[in-house]
Amino acid sequence: MLQQIEGSAAVAQAVAACRPEVIAAYPITPQTHIVEGLGDMVKRGLVGNCQFLNVESEFGAMSACIGSSATGARTYTATSSQGMLFMMEAVYNASGLGLPIVMTVGNRAIGPPINIWNDWSDSMAARDAAWIQLFVEDNQQAADVHVQAFRLAEAASLPVMVCMDGFILTHAYTRVDVPDQADVDNFLPVFEPQQVLDPLAPITMGAMVGPEAFAEVRFLAHYKQLEALDLIPRHAAEFEALFGRDSGGLLKSFDAEDKSTVVVTMGSVVGTMKSVLADMRQDGLSIGLLSIRSYRPFPKQQLCEALAGAKRVIVFEKSLAVGMGGILAADVRMALANLPIAVHSVIGGLGGRPITRDNLRRMLDKGVHDELEEPHFHDLDVAVVHRELERLRHIQRPGPSAESILRDIAGAEAIARSSE
Amino acid sequence: MFQIRIHGRGGQGVVTAAEMLSIAAFAEDRHAQAIPSFGSERMGAPVVAYVRIDEDPIELTEPVLRPDLLIIQDPTLFHAVDVFNGLADDGFLLINTARRLPELRIDDALARLPDHHVYTVAATELALRHLGRPTPNTALLGAFTALSDVLHLESVITAINDKFSGDIAHNNVIVARAAHDAAQAG
Repeated sequence: MLQQIEGSAAVAQAVAACRPEVIAAYPITPQTHIVEGLGDMVKRGLVGNCQFLNVESEFGAMSACIGSSATGARTYTATSSQGMLFMMEAVYNASGLGLPIVMTVGNRAIGPPINIWNDWSDSMAARDAAWIQLFVEDNQQAADVHVQAFRLAEAASLPVMVCMDGFILTHAYTRVDVPDQADVDNFLPVFEPQQVLDPLAPITMGAMVGPEAFAEVRFLAHYKQLEALDLIPRHAAEFEALFGRDSGGLLKSFDAEDKSTVVVTMGSVVGTMKSVLADMRQDGLSIGLLSIRSYRPFPKQQLCEALAGAKRVIVFEKSLAVGMGGILAADVRMALANLPIAVHSVIGGLGGRPITRDNLRRMLDKGVHDELEEPHFHDLDVAVVHRELERLRHIQRPGPSAESILRDIAGAEAIARSSE
Repeated sequence: MFQIRIHGRGGQGVVTAAEMLSIAAFAEDRHAQAIPSFGSERMGAPVVAYVRIDEDPIELTEPVLRPDLLIIQDPTLFHAVDVFNGLADDGFLLINTARRLPELRIDDALARLPDHHVYTVAATELALRHLGRPTPNTALLGAFTALSDVLHLESVITAINDKFSGDIAHNNVIVARAAHDAAQAG
């Protein structure tokens, strides 16, 4: 039904329409409204006989999800930021055991410095945890992709994260056509688990595997993820046929065909980026956009095909591998290694720093002339960084930089106000 | 596209006001987006929320940088935060105050706005009278429908009834109607 609705509420309704049987979650900003909404619906009896488990922590949440999924129950949870880190051991267990749990990640920075705002540090910290990771650009996709995520998870017997930008999407009120129960029932078959813990037919899950077979088990995990590269577009096509909406899939081109420069990014920044690139094309520049919607598995071949005609690629991401640079950029470079395409890495929007049309345009005007340093830190206040580096060099016990930089910025603002 | 920035303080219903505006626009079959700019959510801290209303789907997710309308829920913010940043020269300003404009000491900002683009309403007083608590948001939404034809009062009332129920909804509707009638061009 078409509604003006908060992103989190739309996701909660979409998940409820998937008829989950167990939800175990611990609240953490900015995903809290999703599980609060689901808890409310479960309590009011609107989600069949679903059990909502109040657990003591994120570690408890994912552990409970593992137990319930292993018994063949359709299982859902959500987390963000530090919560993801706290459940991390169990996150690996879920994928290692091949359990089709669906988890929303309300993408948020990881501290310190403590920060509740959006970037992709949390789901990137679980990048190698062998979960499928799907990114969404807006709240319509957020609702739709959760429905596809349950289908995918259960078809592949793999857990799936749906990554949605915290606050920018989770807390935004927009128009969303929340998938109707009857349509979801048509799209999403009853869960037929590939393995079930059942006291009447006991099996062992989670065997210890030594050097004689570990590589083979890990190879199979990789192989199964690559198989999902076929399932994801097939499900997206079926979804579009049934719901009439283009949501999900591996990647999406927005005027990227035959452009000299293509921006590659993921998530909610796609909307603002489209607007900037439309302006740049009006100004005669050959520039388009490619949005990665399946980050794991990474669609290497499809990316190569989509970018075959490009001279340069500018990867814009809200994630940083400290000591290395862009994480998505490294993936894109590896995928394009055999093509004569220059790849520029841009890191921005960290900790919720606003990404605006103006600052994107300034960055891209340099990018199309190959004038960005490598990697480029978008909208970085270089003067603040220089002052802090100077201070660190000249003071014997300089103390923490986070507090020092806050004092520096507060001082600069006070001077600006007094000069008005 | 019509863009609104709402400035207030934690506890004044700034985010809820933005959400209700987007629901009101939806009720008129328009596309709308409400985005909060959360800080630490504590009572009294400056809070900002953004609204966009358009005939077409809205894809932008940047903060509202060049608002067509500023709604100021707490006039003490004039001297604490750069509220006028980006306000268009033909923009609108709606202030919650029972005082006269000259008393607010914002003459520079007022001077560049056209006549009949600055409105005041004693939203806190209306809220205290009808709700028993100083939540000025629904009064300001009612007043907004008086100063421009972007949204109708009835749509705001639809949004209030969507967000609240029972006596709270009923009394907020009274507040919105009263504010619609009481809003004054400065």
